[in-house]
Parts: sequence; structure tokens; C-alpha cells
Amino acid sequence: MAQVVLDKIDKIYPNGFQAVTELSLEIEDGEFLVLVGPSGCGKSTALRMIAGLEEISGGEMRIGDRIVNDVEPKDRDIAMVFQNYALYPHMSVYDNIGFALKLAKVPKEEADVRIREAARILELEDNLDRKPGQLSGGQRQRVAMGRAIVRKPSAFLMDEPLSNLDAKLRVQMRAEIARLQRELGVTTFYVTHDQVEAMTMGDRVAVIKDGVLQQVDTPQKLYDRPNNVFVAAFIGSPSMNLFEGIFSLNSEGASVALGSQTLQIPAPVIEARPGLRRFDGKSLIFGVRPEDMNDAALVESGLVTTNITAEVALIEALGADILVHFPLDTPVVDSGDPDAVQDLSENTMVVGRFDPRSRPRPGDTVDVAINAARMNFFDSESRLAIWE
Amino acid sequence: MRIQLITTTDPQPDYLEFPLDTPLKEWDHPDLVEIPVGVHRHVVRFIRRGDRLYALKELPNELADREWRLLRHLGAENLPVVDVLGVVAERGNDLDDILITRHLEFSLPFRFLFTRSGLPQLRTKLIDSVAVLLVRMHLAGFWWGDCSLSNTLFRRDAGSLSAWLVDTETGELHPKLSDGQRALELDIAQVNILGGLMDLEQGGQLSEEIDPTDVVVQLRERYDALWDELTNEQAVDVSERQLIDDRLKRLNDLGFDTTEVMIKPDNDGSLIRFKPVVVEAGHHQRQLERLTGIHALENQARRLMNDLHSYGAWLASQTGQPLPEAVAAYRWLTEVFEPAIAAVPSELRDRREAPELFHEILEHRDSLVEARHAPIRVPEAATSYALRALPFAETERALLETDEETNAETDKASNDLSAT
Repeated sequence: MAQVVLDKIDKIYPNGFQAVTELSLEIEDGEFLVLVGPSGCGKSTALRMIAGLEEISGGEMRIGDRIVNDVEPKDRDIAMVFQNYALYPHMSVYDNIGFALKLAKVPKEEADVRIREAARILELEDNLDRKPGQLSGGQRQRVAMGRAIVRKPSAFLMDEPLSNLDAKLRVQMRAEIARLQRELGVTTFYVTHDQVEAMTMGDRVAVIKDGVLQQVDTPQKLYDRPNNVFVAAFIGSPSMNLFEGIFSLNSEGASVALGSQTLQIPAPVIEARPGLRRFDGKSLIFGVRPEDMNDAALVESGLVTTNITAEVALIEALGADILVHFPLDTPVVDSGDPDAVQDLSENTMVVGRFDPRSRPRPGDTVDVAINAARMNFFDSESRLAIWE
Repeated sequence: MRIQLITTTDPQPDYLEFPLDTPLKEWDHPDLVEIPVGVHRHVVRFIRRGDRLYALKELPNELADREWRLLRHLGAENLPVVDVLGVVAERGNDLDDILITRHLEFSLPFRFLFTRSGLPQLRTKLIDSVAVLLVRMHLAGFWWGDCSLSNTLFRRDAGSLSAWLVDTETGELHPKLSDGQRALELDIAQVNILGGLMDLEQGGQLSEEIDPTDVVVQLRERYDALWDELTNEQAVDVSERQLIDDRLKRLNDLGFDTTEVMIKPDNDGSLIRFKPVVVEAGHHQRQLERLTGIHALENQARRLMNDLHSYGAWLASQTGQPLPEAVAAYRWLTEVFEPAIAAVPSELRDRREAPELFHEILEHRDSLVEARHAPIRVPEAATSYALRALPFAETERALLETDEETNAETDKASNDLSAT
């Protein structure tokens, strides 16, 4: 097993395009780190540099205690795990897992030990003599994983390994890969564009945009304390609601003008984040997650909230809660996510996750309560979060 | 529903006749035919319309888009890939897209090469053709990511095979591939091909003489040798300038054209370092097409060009004067090639493509010459071939499923896998 370190790694292509800029990451021995970002953000380039498929333009790459900038891919002791493992219909599960060891000239006895150990971890011990056609979809995927496991690499590199699967199997395999990784304890670097995949699988998640690392942290910390507007909007589904308005201090705390409405910010929020004071009279981006909004009539007592008025446009009943969509006459904030579907010329469409006891209908006007303790603020110019 | 089609000269099926809003595996239509396919993750079915076959593959939108884009690009670059014809998207009911390609005529899936008798000499050429295919793709900056025998189709090419890429789901285009990318590609190809051959072995379909591990080791050797020949910088003594011409000739013989040669003096001018810039495979193909209009594969074209040159030399010896190449080519076309093909009854012509037919007629002639110890002319060889050899050859325009026992298990497993 090994620690993988990227120290100020740059990737500049011959045409001058800089795909990755000073990327620094430390993937601890046995850790599962997920690199997530929108299309074209440089995440696959970063993975390919670790694998040795792309030359490194600057910085230093270490696997274990070796600098590997110029080490051949085959000598890096890492395994790329692909989305496209074929299973061979005439071959048993045992052979499907182990046949490639023949090519690596692994002695038969050792190969047998590795295959049986992989089968144990994958819970396929009772199926070793079966053919792929006799297995369930999930079991077949596990056989495919087995082919990577028997190589016993120091680190796994996975580039969108689930993108080829249908939705149901993808969810199943997410859990399976995370479990396997924990059991094997192999350092794993996983690349995806899917933030749900990232949040549910990684010990830590690194968010990258335009080749620049935005934040690296545990999934919960990323969600609760995003560093900037991009991370705030990118992580979470539905996305954090973002609004831009003029911030003004007043005797009860402060307020933000959001179109025709004014959002009151209670004094305790300002006391907890004195840095907000320097934005008095200036533009500021305000963010709130859907679950931190509710029907004001159903808010628990003791919770500090502030209200806005909304005219309901759309309801999505999810069972455990309902998603309420309503427009706010304030321009859409550009989160910087190239994959986001947002028309910047239109007004903001807000999403709130309401208690299912709430019964709003499209066209109704409701008071929406926002949990003050969970408000997010960002500098309009630097787009950085204001936490202090 | 959105159906996006490329306009083609041959009329495509009217896809609206088919139940596009139901899963492809559930379709029932008289024009659907079964043909042998390798191991595929997605459902693949075939429609026959006249003498054409169309392959329909159901796959997620993102992958269909990628494949559509890459196949069009590679096709435009004259690389050996199947023709992509269209995409059916937005089918409703959460259904994946359908990618439509034209089935490659006269193509042989690898299982066919190993399970039919009479083809052992071609099996040995299989790895060569995959190595050439990989080199051509890599020169064009295409990283395949899933080279396997199931993702490749093979066409006869004058005693050899020409490999065609049929699946680009994992492909990536780059301005230039790094050594690491090429090495990884070969790792993947070796494992995939080893798996494909071992699967045949365990299904009792692989000759005992073939060792799958040896085969994939050869793949890397052949690839490396070809790549080095095409791309390596070479240093020669100034007195051995002809070595540059020799190298360029070797590249042409391998079927590759060069547009320029980078030459720089070295070692106080006593050495010349040079590196050819290889642009395109198909050297003989282009020559033959320019002179005769015949579209052939590379080895077929080389064979036909040799015959054309022999005929030109014979004509020159008859007149006592060398003939311009274009004149010799016209006379060879009208006096040799076309009569030979015309000697083959029309009902047998879908057994081989015309250039391959001509190659086999020449092979037949050689065997007659050897047997009779007397010269044989092409028209006589063509008549003999049409009577004695071709009737026993299989129709290869579109191989339909005939060996049910061989393929039933494969299909079942393929279909099972496609569910993953």
C-alpha cells in the first residue's frame, strides 16, 4: 500500500492550454479520495498523470517514497480500474478473475491464493465454478472488480468506473466499491463528474474546476462549509440556492435586498461572523440549501428563522418530503459550473425541501422560513465564503 | 423522439416501422436477423434491408453521443472504422439511445475465424492486423481504451486480414498520444485478447496449437516493431544516404505514405539523422484507386498492383516500348481484371469482394501452374476457380447465424452480459 502525493502538479499541453494548475493533494495510505468536477475541469488529466499516461509539466509526483514523474506506467505498481471489463461466457468465475495473472507470469499456486482471497472479499466463493451467465448483474460486476484486485497493486485509479452502468446497478456498485476499498485498504484515487457518487464514496472529496483545486475535505465538511460559490453550488442535490443582493447592517442585525423582498439576517448570525460587517452597503451572495427552508407554519419552536414570501410554481412530492419550486425576482447567480443548466438572463428559481405535512399548491402564496444558523455568505467579487 | 441520420447513397430502413419506444431486445420484426457477434455489454441487433445490413446498438445517451462523434471523426480521417449512420434519441420510457451503423460487408468476426474450417492460415494474420490497426489509430491520436477481438471485425485482404474498429465507447482523441497511453492501450488489448482466446479455448473452439499467451505477446512485439519502423529517428553515415530511401521504401511496402522526412546533420556532418513523418496508411490502395478506380484493401491493392505491373511489363515486351503507367493500368483493367471477375457467375459474387475474388483467382492460377508445370492465363484460371473452388466457399457478404450450437451459448451469455 502507498501514499500518493501530488505536489504543485502542472499540466500544460504543447498548444499552451493549461489543464491542471499547481494541484497539490496528499492521498493517505489506504485512503479513498474522490476527485470531482464538471466536464473539462482537468480531473481525468490529473488521474492520467498519476497513472503515467500524461507527462507532468511541473511539480512532483510521489507514490510511496518514490518520485515517479519519469517512471514508466507499468513500474508504478498501480492498477487502472476500467468501466469496461468484459466477462467471458465460457470461462468460470475463477478463470474470469484470474486469467490475466498468466500474462503477468504469476506462479499458478500464488495465483490460486490471490483468486480465492479476492473471491472471499467479493463474496463470490460459492460461485467460482459458475459461468458469468449464471450470475446476477451485481455479481458480474464483482467478478470484474476481482480482476483488478488479484493484481494486488499499491493503489487503484478509477476513472468514472460506473458511468457505463444503469442507474440501479450504479447505486449498488457505489456501495460495493466503497466496502471493498475499506476491506482491502488500498489507496484509491477515484474520478467522477457525479457529486452524489463523490459524496457517498470518498473518505475525502477534492473538488476541481478549470484545473484548479477548489477544496478538499470530508464529504460532510464540504457540504456544510463550502469554500466558495462553485463548491457550494456543485455539491448537493438539489443545489444550494444562491442570490445576490446589497447587504446592509441595521439595528436588528442586517438585511439583504433580494429583488422586491428584503431578507432579514438575525443579529446572532452577524455576531458569529463578524467578517460580514465589512460588506455593509456592498453586494454579497447569499446561499441557502433546500433543506434549510420550510413552510413557515411548520417551523419548530426555538429555531431562529427569517422569512420570505413565495408564490409556488411547482411541487415535487418525494414521500419523505416535498420539493417546492418558486421564483424570486432576482437574477440567477452564475456558479461557474459549465454543466449547470441555468439561464443567466432569467430570474432565480428557488427550491425548498418542505415538511410533507405542508400542503402548498401551485399558485399559492406561502411564507418560507429560512434557518438562520445555516445561512451561507460569499464575497461577490472573490466568490469566497465568509465564515469568520 | 429524435432520429438523426446521415444522408447516404443507399436508402436506409424506415426506422419508424420499428417499435422505437420499446427496448431493442423486445423488438419483433421480419427484417431483424441474427449474425454472430462477440461479447458485448449492450444489446446489439441487426436489420437486413435488401443486401445491406444495419447494426443497432442500444446504449446510454452520453456513450451514444461519444461514439457518434468519434466514429464520424475517424471515418473522415479514412481510418478503418464502421460507418456510423444515425442515432435515435429521446425514445421515452427511460430508454437508452440507439446508435445505427452499417454492418461491415464481407467482415469476419473473430469467432468465425476460429470456428470455421479452412481458415487456419488467416488466424495467424489476426494479430498482425490488430497491431496495424492499433498503430494507425495511435498515429491519428486516437486512444481506444478497449481493444478486443469482440470490438474488431476482420476482412480478408489478399491472404491477410484487415482489422476494423467497431466500438469507440471508451475512445479518446488527443493531439498526440504519450508513450504511457500507448503502453496502457497495449496492456488492455493484451488482457482483452487473452480473455477472448482463452474463452474460445474453454469452449473447445481453439486449436490446441494456439497458445493464447504467445499470441498476445506477439501482439506487443508486432506493434512495437511497426511503431519503431514508422516513427523512430535513424542515424546513417553520409555515405549511406540510400538507407533513407530504403527506409521510405519499407514504409511504402508496409502500406504507409510519408509526406516529409526530417533530416539534420550530426557529428560534424558525418552523420545524418532522419525521421519520416508518416501520414497515412493505404499507399497501394490510393495508387490502385488513382489508376483503375478499384477500391481495395491495402494487401489486395498491393497484389493487384503487382499484377498490373507484370501485365504492363508483358505489354511493353510485346511492343518493344515501355507504356505509360496509366495506359498499362487501363489495359490491365479492361483486358485482365474485368474479364476475370466477369467469368465468375453473378450468383457467386457475394461470396467475396471483387478485389478478393481477383486475388483468389491469382492464387488459384499459381496452384494450377504448380500442378501442371505450365503457364496458365488469368481467364482460364478464373473459369477454373469459379467452377472448382468458389462454389465451396461460404457467402461472406453478411455472415448470418447458421451454427446454432456454436453461437447459442455465446449469445445467451452476451445477452446476459448486456444486461449489466
